[in-house]
Order: sequence, then structure tokens, then C-alpha cells
Amino acid sequence: MAAIEISGLSKDYSLGFWRKRPFRALDRLSLKVERGEVFGFLGPNGAGKTTTLKLLTGLIFPTEGTATILGHPVGEPETFLRVGYLPENPYFYDYLTPQELLDYFAQFFPLSAEERQRRRDAVLDQVGLAEFRHRPLRKFSKGMLQRVGIAQAILHEPEIVLLDEPMSGLDPVGRHEVRELILQLKAAGKTVFFSTHILSDAEALCDRVAILNRGKLVGVGQLSESLQRQAACEAVLECASPEALSRLQPLAAKPPLVSGGQCRIEIPEKNIPQFLALCQSDGLRLISLNPVRLSLEDYFVEVLRGSDSERPASPSP
Amino acid sequence: MRSRQTLAIVLNTFREAVRDRVLYNLIAFALILIASALLFGQISIGIQKTILLNVGLSAISIFGLLIAIFLGIGLVYKEMDKRSLYALLSKPIRRRQFIIGKFLGLNFTLLVNTALMSVGLWAALYYLMRRFEPQDLSVWVAIYFILLELSLVTALCLFFSCFATPVLSAVFTFMAYVIGNFAADIRAFGELTENNLLKGLTTVLYYLLPNFSDFNVSAWVSHGKPVAAEVVLLNTLYALCYDAILVAAAVWIFSRKDLK
Ligand SMILES: Nc1ncnc2c1ncn2[C@@H]1O[C@H](COP(=O)(O)OP(=O)(O)OP(=O)(O)O)[C@@H](O)[C@H]1O
Ligand SMILES: [Mg+2]
Repeated sequence: MAAIEISGLSKDYSLGFWRKRPFRALDRLSLKVERGEVFGFLGPNGAGKTTTLKLLTGLIFPTEGTATILGHPVGEPETFLRVGYLPENPYFYDYLTPQELLDYFAQFFPLSAEERQRRRDAVLDQVGLAEFRHRPLRKFSKGMLQRVGIAQAILHEPEIVLLDEPMSGLDPVGRHEVRELILQLKAAGKTVFFSTHILSDAEALCDRVAILNRGKLVGVGQLSESLQRQAACEAVLECASPEALSRLQPLAAKPPLVSGGQCRIEIPEKNIPQFLALCQSDGLRLISLNPVRLSLEDYFVEVLRGSDSERPASPSP
Repeated sequence: MRSRQTLAIVLNTFREAVRDRVLYNLIAFALILIASALLFGQISIGIQKTILLNVGLSAISIFGLLIAIFLGIGLVYKEMDKRSLYALLSKPIRRRQFIIGKFLGLNFTLLVNTALMSVGLWAALYYLMRRFEPQDLSVWVAIYFILLELSLVTALCLFFSCFATPVLSAVFTFMAYVIGNFAADIRAFGELTENNLLKGLTTVLYYLLPNFSDFNVSAWVSHGKPVAAEVVLLNTLYALCYDAILVAAAVWIFSRKDLK
């Protein structure tokens, strides 16, 4: 049984006050997250990541399609015994302290009083808020609230953790701690599904990622796999004559960069034999030839560019 | 399990209210008003007790109403607006538990407040009379009716705040309260008028809005008159049914709501 199974999920929001018109925030998303996976959900602002997570937690209702978590339709209270959720920019009751908040939330789970206390103390430690446990939440900074949000998401030791931008608002130490936390969860066999803009986090943590753009899924797969597919080599040549360069140009992925008597040129893998042959016949001196692993940033931008050009750029509402 | 969860919501609602400074200010005002009724009483000798009871019960009712509306309009809206609901509703609870817990929590708050203000009234009464009389028991009935009335106000607030902004909810609830207080007059007016539209409208209003005037026995009680047992029973049933319908409607709306 998959941890999360989403099929054909769509969400229309209505825009406009007088004349309501639907706006498709999520368009027929289908996705399967296996148990024990750390799954990254990437996409630019407004892609529909938060919308997807809110559909998965039953906070909003889908226009069409279905989603199940551990085989149960989403939104059933029982599902939340095994699912934890960190909302985007979480906010809690001003008048409570973190300790009171966690005590309050813990009462919703079938746990003994001692067990509730133990878990509360454990998560407060885990997110580094133990010393602030009695400070009212209204006096908390953004990053501290984020930590409270994470604490309440893992309070009941859920099998599946849904995190909406877990690193947002955190300082470098905090980010590092959350990374560690996600790896701990993975080591404990939990499934983690998180949305993020921070690609290095996705690169470091995720088994697989999905990329969403304007409500549509534009790519899903293992990161190393998807990156290798884009592989190319960077060649450095001793500066060639303009004629020679113009003969190389059709083989290159990007226009060559000439600087300091050297010429850098990026050649896609499939053109390499042809490129080497050309170098030999033209008598060009090759200094180095190294594979470039596309950075996730490049990959991301490339994929999104591809998905935007698939259809005429619709004026965003 | 379910009732333990709902109880947690009830108690948290209560905790939110008692940590709100506005509540104490309102209670303090009510107590000051009751105390000042003693001064009025000194001016007009002979009817001191009537004035004290009248002013005291009115103060309890009006400040209870203010507290109910002030806290009631925020019950659901504040949690939606500040998004604290996202974390709460991703716990193993149903939305209906949230609504019912909020309703009971505010009623519990109002019960405690009313008890506090009543203690003030009884203290003033004792200060004035130096003893209690058997017919003073009907003052408790009047206070009980105020609680029933406040539960209706809470239910109205909760219902409105499931779809309207706090300001609109307050306006709707207050209008319902005022019209409901004149329910009998409105029906009488409807029976007099020749206009069929007006007749229909007044009849609809009479049956649709809670009949708050039935709960107001302050004047009656301050003159030392007893309240009949069947009135107590009927008012109780009426309030419970009305509350149940409104809360059910609130649950129905809220359970279908997109929390965006
Ligand atoms: N309540 C709403 N009413 C109308 N449109 C909405 C609402 N919430 C979101 N949208 C729209 O739905 C789209 C997706 O929004 P969503 O919040 O899911 O994006 P996101 O991927 O989480 O973005 P970000 O990275 O900025 O958090 C956006 O175009 C947004 O404008
Ligand atoms: Mg988002």
C-alpha cells in the first residue's frame, strides 16, 4: 500500500466578487509516494503546492479526483492518528505557551497522560524550544513559530509527515536541524512529504521529487536520475580561430564563453564523438573535458521553461 | 475518546476567554452597576429591593449579552482568519466536534461569568435586606433564564460566524436579539395590519427568530412574584431545541467549508 496516492486531483478556486470565475490552482495531479520515502514537492510560487497539501489534509475539498493516505480517503479523522501536518507559515493561539499547546493537541490522541507528557517533552527538545516552553506564543518569532509547527506535526510520532515549507523562516542552524530531523524520520522508517523552494534541501534529502508548475505536474523522479539525463560535458579549448568556433557552435548547448585565451564550451553527451572528431580535424588543442552535473537549479529552470512553452502563456489572473 | 476530545476543545475555549482582559472589564462594570443600584435604592425608600433586583438582573443580562456577542463572533472566525484551525483540524477530530466544543466552551464561560455577577447581586441583596426570603428563590429562576437566553445568543453568533465576518455576525445577532425581544409586539402588529405582505413577514419573523421576551422575567421577579414551573420547563425545552437547530446548522455549513 502506498503512503500517499493522488489520482486526478484538481482544485478550482473562484475568483472575483461579483462575477465568479473559476481558477484552476491544481490540475489533474496524479502522484504516488511510497512508504519510507522522503519526497520533495517543488515548484515556483503559486504552483499549487500548498493547495495540494491542504487537499491531502482535508482542509479544502477537491473539485475532482481523489487522494488516499495509507489507503484511507483523506480527511477522515482516523487518518490523522498516523499523519502529521505542518501548515505553511503556521500560527497558533496567542494565549497559550508551547507546552500548553502541545498538551492541548496531545489530548486528541489515544495516549495515556504520562505518554502525552513524555512526547511533549521529547518534541520540545527536538525542535530546540525546551527553554521557551513557558513563553506565550504571542511573543514568538516567525522561526520559533515554525519550530512549534514542526513539534506539533511530529507530536504523535506519525508514520507520514506532511510539511509545507519546513525550512521557511528558519536560521541556518534551524535549517540544519530540520534537515537532520527529516533524516531521522527517514531512518525511523517514516514517510516525509514536503514542499520547498530550497533546492539544495531537496537535493540533499529527497529520494524522489515532483515538480509542479501552474498546477500541473511537470516532472517526477529520482533526482540523480533526472539530473543525469541532462548530463553534458564542459570542454575547455585553447583559444580557437573564429572559423573553427563557428564550426563547433552547432554542437554546443550554449554559446561558447571566451576568456583569458581559453574557450569554454558545453557539449551535450550525444555530440561528444562528433565534437572530438572536429577538434582533431581542425587541430584544436583540448585542455580538459569534464562531465557537468546539472545543478538542480538549472534543471528546475529548464523543466519549468519547457512546461511554460508547451502551451501559449496564459495571462495569469 | 470523542467526548474527551470535545471536552479538551471546551476547556481550551474557556481558557481563551479567561485570558482575555476584556472579559474582566465587562464583569467589573456589571458589578459596579449592581453596587450603584444600592445608591439608587437609598434615594427612593421602600422600593429599594425592587430597584436592586431590576437593575441587577438587567446588568447581568446586558453584560452577559455583551460578553456572549463579543466572544461568540470570534469563536470560529478568529481561528479561520489566523489559520490556527489548520493545525487543529489535522488532528483526529471531526469538524463537528470543533463547533460543538466551541459552543459548549462559550456557554461554560458564560455560566461562570453569570455566577460571578450573581454572587455580586446576592451580596448586594444581603447588604440591603440583611436576610433572604423564600420568594428570593425566583431570582435564581430569572438568572437561569438569562443563561438560556445567552445560550441562544451564543448559538446565533456561532451560526452567523460560520459564514459572515465578525462585524456582520455581531450586527445580525444583535438584530435578532432586538427583534426577538419584541417578538410578541411584532406578531400583534402583524395581526392588526391589512397588508398581507407585512402580515406574512411578521409571522415569519415571529416563528423564525428566537422569542427572547419569554425569557425576560426580571420585572416580574423583582416584584417578588414567583415563576410557574411549566414556564421554566417550556423555556428550557424551547432554548434547547433552538440551540440544537442552530448548532446543527452551523455544523452543516462548517463541515462543507473550504478552509482557504
Ligand atoms: N483561497 C484562494 N482563493 C483563490 N485563489 C487561491 C487561493 N489560495 C491559493 N490560490 C491560488 O492558487 C494557486 C496555487 O496556490 P498555492 O498556495 O497552492 O501555491 P504554492 O505552490 O504553495 O506557492 P508558494 O510557493 O508561494 O507557497 C495560486 O495561483 C494562488 O493564487
Ligand atoms: Mg505554499
